Amino acid sequence: MDGKELLTVKNLSVEFQTGKGRIEVIDRVNFKIKAGKTLGVVGESGCGKSVTASSIMRLLPHPYGEVTSGEVFFHGEDLLTKPVEDMYKIRGGKISMIFQEPMTAMNPVQVAGKQIKEVLDLHRNELTKDLIDQEIIKILQDVEMPSPEVRVKNYPFQLSGGMRQRMMIAMALAGEPDILIADEPTTALDVTVQAQILKLIKTLQEKNNMGVLFITHDMGVVAEVSDDVVVMYAGQIVESGDVETIFLKPKHPYTKGLISSMPHLETEPKTHLPSIKGNVPTPSAYPETCRFANRCDYVTDKCRENTPTLDQVKDGHYVRCFRVGEI
Amino acid sequence: MDNKNILIETNNLHQYFNQGRGSKGTVHALNGISLQVFEGETLGLVGETGCGKSTFCRSVMRIYKPTKGSILFEGKDITNLPERKLKKVRQSMQMIFQDPAESMNSRVNVGYVIEEPLIIQTKMTSAQRKERAYELLQLVGLPKDSYDRYPHEFSGGQRQRIAIARALALDPKIIVCDEAVSALDVSIQAQVLNLLLDLQRDRKLTLIFISHDLSVVRHMSDRVAVMYLGNVMEISSSKRIYEEAKHPYTTALISAIPQPDPTKKNKVVPNTGEIPSPIDLPTGCPFHMNCPKCMDICKIDKPELKEVSPEHFIACHLY
Repeated sequence: MDGKELLTVKNLSVEFQTGKGRIEVIDRVNFKIKAGKTLGVVGESGCGKSVTASSIMRLLPHPYGEVTSGEVFFHGEDLLTKPVEDMYKIRGGKISMIFQEPMTAMNPVQVAGKQIKEVLDLHRNELTKDLIDQEIIKILQDVEMPSPEVRVKNYPFQLSGGMRQRMMIAMALAGEPDILIADEPTTALDVTVQAQILKLIKTLQEKNNMGVLFITHDMGVVAEVSDDVVVMYAGQIVESGDVETIFLKPKHPYTKGLISSMPHLETEPKTHLPSIKGNVPTPSAYPETCRFANRCDYVTDKCRENTPTLDQVKDGHYVRCFRVGEI
Repeated sequence: MDNKNILIETNNLHQYFNQGRGSKGTVHALNGISLQVFEGETLGLVGETGCGKSTFCRSVMRIYKPTKGSILFEGKDITNLPERKLKKVRQSMQMIFQDPAESMNSRVNVGYVIEEPLIIQTKMTSAQRKERAYELLQLVGLPKDSYDRYPHEFSGGQRQRIAIARALALDPKIIVCDEAVSALDVSIQAQVLNLLLDLQRDRKLTLIFISHDLSVVRHMSDRVAVMYLGNVMEISSSKRIYEEAKHPYTTALISAIPQPDPTKKNKVVPNTGEIPSPIDLPTGCPFHMNCPKCMDICKIDKPELKEVSPEHFIACHLY
């Protein structure tokens, strides 16, 4: 039961203007977000996860960041060519975003209820004045906020980390979005609260048939929430497929490395973890050849001289590696 | 347990913080911690934000002056030791923090960062110090020329290696790793964890390992103590805590760990509720308000840490 395609990203490339010239941070990224499904995007710092999300929302820092190619289709229209005024309606409305640190994403000098009201004022014109207050409480009940009547009058600093994250989800959902982009939403939370927030996102997703783009560096969280997974390395997608394939039969050496280098409940304690040697390259030093070559255990001369493409190895399973047939 | 030497022992350790005039009262950060840290082991501390993991380490290192209780280091009471005598004790205790960029002076070169403890604590000549710094850089797997470079020139993982080199400079007996790998990427995290394991094995180091990532703590620790609101709720071998957890709080905590295995989805989500305020402590068991198995006695009487099976201690009225 495949969900309807809501958002299609095609050949998206992004460049940044820096002191050292223009550097490419995203290289021809393709993926789809389907209704009621979660697409997980994993990768380490600087691999381009968040820039991808910002590009979709047209929130790249101006004038340094620029989309150099590609399209982002949403309801049949390319978001990248839309007038900026139209984006105001879409952001926070049809596509919402939640972030890692709710404290920096919320206005610290305004009570929480007012911040939700702002979204309703902008995106839910049908609501009359007296209905708005009821709606705010209803949304807060949806996100399972304890005693919402009290919490609407609180400032963000009066809320705990978990409550703040619920508040931010409430703000994101107030516009009744088709797509929710969650950029590391649970990274700053304790595991117990994280489990609750992940469950909450899932419940709300099922209720509203939302498509979710879930960005994280935590392989455990990806496995938990995703239907499909995109693994990014150095600005490129290196592997993508459904969650079972990625975790149980990964093909790309980087994906394999990521999964095995993370301790989990079945690794033998106090033993050496398989690690990926070396460091993540900086965008200005991305090689023309395979970008993972100098860290890869399976590297051959071919990898150091040629550029691999993202090829389909099985239905819906894409891998960017020359040696995909052998490993 | 007879063959293990106790390196650090705390008895009924309390740490309160006054919030100053006009504020709402005292924060009860630690409420009677009695723990032993054995020589050469890794003790993992887990618990949610604000449970007192970091405060415990800082009190043990006498960065704070404990409110009540006692701390013994190698059998010697250091609870009320004056600052000038502490200097000697502190040679044997070092810390590594989460953000190495913030714990290093960015205006001096790496060589100085590593040598600074030697300048403060020893009478080594500058040539001896330099030699020692080179030794340490090699030990943590950094090139020799790192000596003249500055902290900002390094990546997060390399900076954490510098922090480890600095911590090792005085040949400490114990290193406290407070979220030492939390800011690192997964692939780099594994490298640093491996380094710590090697160093511990080669130098018989004792580690206290704090992390919010419970899988990492499990991987690194011999024993794990589960903390809640300034109390130890359960302590046992790492394996037992993760596989045969008994305390309702521990079981909730363990079940919340996300597994990198998509076939293990849809588990029950524990509801541990909001943590009570450390200013107005609840009566009885600190966890009773959120405990699914709460009994009447839990609301009145605070359970003591009891040994329920060999080397497995639990503070719960159920046991």
